[in-house]
Amino acid sequence: MNPEKLNTESYPSDKIARKFLVLAISYLLLGLLLGIIGGFQYILPPFLKDNVSFQKTRPLHVYLVLTWIFTAAQAGLYYYLPRIVNRPVYWLRGVWLHFFLQLSVSLVIIICFFLGYFGGREYLEFPPLIGAFILLGWVPFAINFFFTLKPNYKTAPVYIWSWSTGILFFFITLSESYLWLIGHFNNNVVRDVTVQWKALGSMVGSWNMLVYGTAMYVMEKISGDVKLFRSPLAFFFYFLGLTNLMFNWGHHTYIVPAAPWVKTVAYIISMTELLILGHIIWNWRKSLAAAKRNYHSIPYRLLSFGDVWIFLNLILAIAISVPAWNFYTHGTHITVAHAMGATIGINTMLLFASVFYMIQKENPDATENRKRMVGTGIIITNIALLVFWISLLGSGVAKIISKQNNEPFYTLMQKSQSWFKLFTYSGVIVFIGLFILIASVLLIIRARRRPT
Amino acid sequence: MPRIIIFLSLFITYAIYSVVVYSKGTMSISSSAFHESEKIRNGKELFQQYNCISCHQLYGLGGYLGPELTTAYSDPQRGELYMKAFLQAGGPRMPNFHFTKEEIDDIISYLKYVDTTAVTYKTRQIQ
Repeated sequence: MNPEKLNTESYPSDKIARKFLVLAISYLLLGLLLGIIGGFQYILPPFLKDNVSFQKTRPLHVYLVLTWIFTAAQAGLYYYLPRIVNRPVYWLRGVWLHFFLQLSVSLVIIICFFLGYFGGREYLEFPPLIGAFILLGWVPFAINFFFTLKPNYKTAPVYIWSWSTGILFFFITLSESYLWLIGHFNNNVVRDVTVQWKALGSMVGSWNMLVYGTAMYVMEKISGDVKLFRSPLAFFFYFLGLTNLMFNWGHHTYIVPAAPWVKTVAYIISMTELLILGHIIWNWRKSLAAAKRNYHSIPYRLLSFGDVWIFLNLILAIAISVPAWNFYTHGTHITVAHAMGATIGINTMLLFASVFYMIQKENPDATENRKRMVGTGIIITNIALLVFWISLLGSGVAKIISKQNNEPFYTLMQKSQSWFKLFTYSGVIVFIGLFILIASVLLIIRARRRPT
Repeated sequence: MPRIIIFLSLFITYAIYSVVVYSKGTMSISSSAFHESEKIRNGKELFQQYNCISCHQLYGLGGYLGPELTTAYSDPQRGELYMKAFLQAGGPRMPNFHFTKEEIDDIISYLKYVDTTAVTYKTRQIQ
């Protein structure tokens, strides 16, 4: 567990880890492009309406961006696992199998969407059979994780718990999301909607566990403090996060006519996030001082921006979990603001921290040469994302006001045009910022390493 | 060791809670209409097949480019004929999917069924 060991060693799985990394950023690039097309469909309704309608752009955008998140986390794990245990991954061919399964499934999904074959479920809008192949792709990943690491959970740091939980719950929640294929669920609209909110709410928690585990690992390596993620406090927050993963999904279903206690449980659990918020505020001065001290480090800078987004998004999450406010915010772009803050602000910043940490270890000189370019990308992304996030909140508030005035949908869309323009144009700038980061990663990977 | 016990306790609670949610917790709405009507079942299949959730929402789940449809059937500003018009010809944002008359009737039947289940929506709207 020596933080400096990463500098010199290389393992047979490094090559495929880099391929996963390139695959992940390809998903991000395509996902962002589809997001921009979707944005323009808000302000120019006829734009590609008959060929690549929103019916196709939204699922493509959602699938590609979500796949970026877990593929980037997997790339990191394939790179970090052998370094944690100082031996190669357990099943190298399994890593390749995972890569080809994932690539094939992605191509099939993209083709299905373009041809108009849908499953019609939120997030999982591809035909249901494909879900089985996604799970199959995760099997070699899980085998490699558990058999390479052989975790001893009595002494393992919290990031190993976090990764293990992420993998376990991805299997559980993806399987759960297909319960609608059974009549007991499909024949009752309340149960059907609950399956989607419950399974998907927890599935988001599962990949957050993978991402946070990765961020904690990188943080440990940067700081060199091996006690940081073995402390009782670290485990307290891990278990708090796990409890939220399991039970807080219900705050999405306040309006669904399920039993009242489902909502009460969700509300109580959601409010425990106040403890996390309190912890962030309590440590704010310390975090700020550390951020200033380590600002020269690209991964640290990205982790710090991730922290800012955790803070902003947590306030929003707690606010929209209050039932009286949720009644108004549910089904508006305020929910989208929360999703974008989480996927771009938190997950993407933390994952880029991991990506730059990996490539910096591989090629420190090339990374140093691109430092200014990366810094520009980080600043552009975060400023534009803040504008994007505020414009989504504005759009949500416009919808609430419109609903209160009982205005028809057409009027609402007309009145929200300025917010739609703002989120589309700021979305383009977010794309430019992230494109700079993507280009930097590719340039650093391609740069020839100076012989040592 | 306590960490493993805490994890297992949470996990068992989660498993039991999931079973209860998917049985008693979501029993309030009768599924008999769905069982009895082939048109409702077909309508749901079409709703998924055409990925309507991408632009529309049911119980807040879905995209926001089109209107929420949970109570569209009983909405005095919309209703059956208004929805039929959109299903027949599309709209400024909605493509024309060239649905047949039977398909339109099936989708309307499904949305009518969803509307009957939206008791919480209607209670809140009255309040």
